[in-house]
Amino acid sequence: MARAATTTDAFNAVAEPRRREILDLLAGGERSVTQLVESLGLSQPLVSKHLRVLREVGLVRVRDAGRQRLYRLDAGPLRSIATWLGPFERAMSERFDLMDDVIRELKAQEDENDDDDDALGEGHAPD
Amino acid sequence: MTTTTHSAKVTLPTDTQILITREFDAPKHLVWKAYTTPELVARWWSGERAKVTSAEIDLRVGGTWRYVATANGGFEVAFHGEYREVSAPDRLVNTEIFEGAPEGVGMVTTTFTEAGGRTTMTQLCEYGDRAVRDMVIDSGMEGGMQESLDQLEQVAVSLT
Repeated sequence: MARAATTTDAFNAVAEPRRREILDLLAGGERSVTQLVESLGLSQPLVSKHLRVLREVGLVRVRDAGRQRLYRLDAGPLRSIATWLGPFERAMSERFDLMDDVIRELKAQEDENDDDDDALGEGHAPD
Repeated sequence: MTTTTHSAKVTLPTDTQILITREFDAPKHLVWKAYTTPELVARWWSGERAKVTSAEIDLRVGGTWRYVATANGGFEVAFHGEYREVSAPDRLVNTEIFEGAPEGVGMVTTTFTEAGGRTTMTQLCEYGDRAVRDMVIDSGMEGGMQESLDQLEQVAVSLT
């Protein structure tokens, strides 16, 4: 999957830790730049720069509320990451679900050995 | 087949990494055993849609491993690598190379952390660049197939 420049691609935009922090804060509700600056401890120009990038990739929306502008999260473009990761995550889940089965058998064998070292127990033979 | 509620969690900490986390209801020495014993690996590594035809493990620093699986339809995939750190039953570091694209070398650090008789396994997979990392996620030989089958299942369910 080819990737575009930072400013046009949500995948790249969230790779920057500060921008992820901004998204985390916005996930808690609308915030003004001033509030974000206070929470993040960054300079206003830097916060504004990150917000601009996030707006350009569609992760952040802005509206005017009286004198201030309020920013909010739009998780839509992030969902594409979840969609992208989905099949991989499912493949991993399937793999480790099978590993669960193996581990359950190992555990049962160990319990039987603990109960009675001489017993053969039910055991099992992997095919 | 067993159903379970502990699905694997996949995140992307950086542009070149994949982090996989999964919890198991067993102490770590058993998880380690299932993870590093060839005949046991053969039972889970390929998932349900493929079959492991070979699993070789030489579990020591500098030792190599190689797993081969055949998917439905006879499509074969093979991975191999070398162990860089072996600290049973806590931590394993190894390279991972998909033989279909051997230029992309992954470094996989797997840790097993036990608490209250349960074990959290984390796998941090690091690649040389983002393109390789993305290819690993895209590859979904299994995943793509899984998705198709899931869709097929949904269609089938909708028909009942």
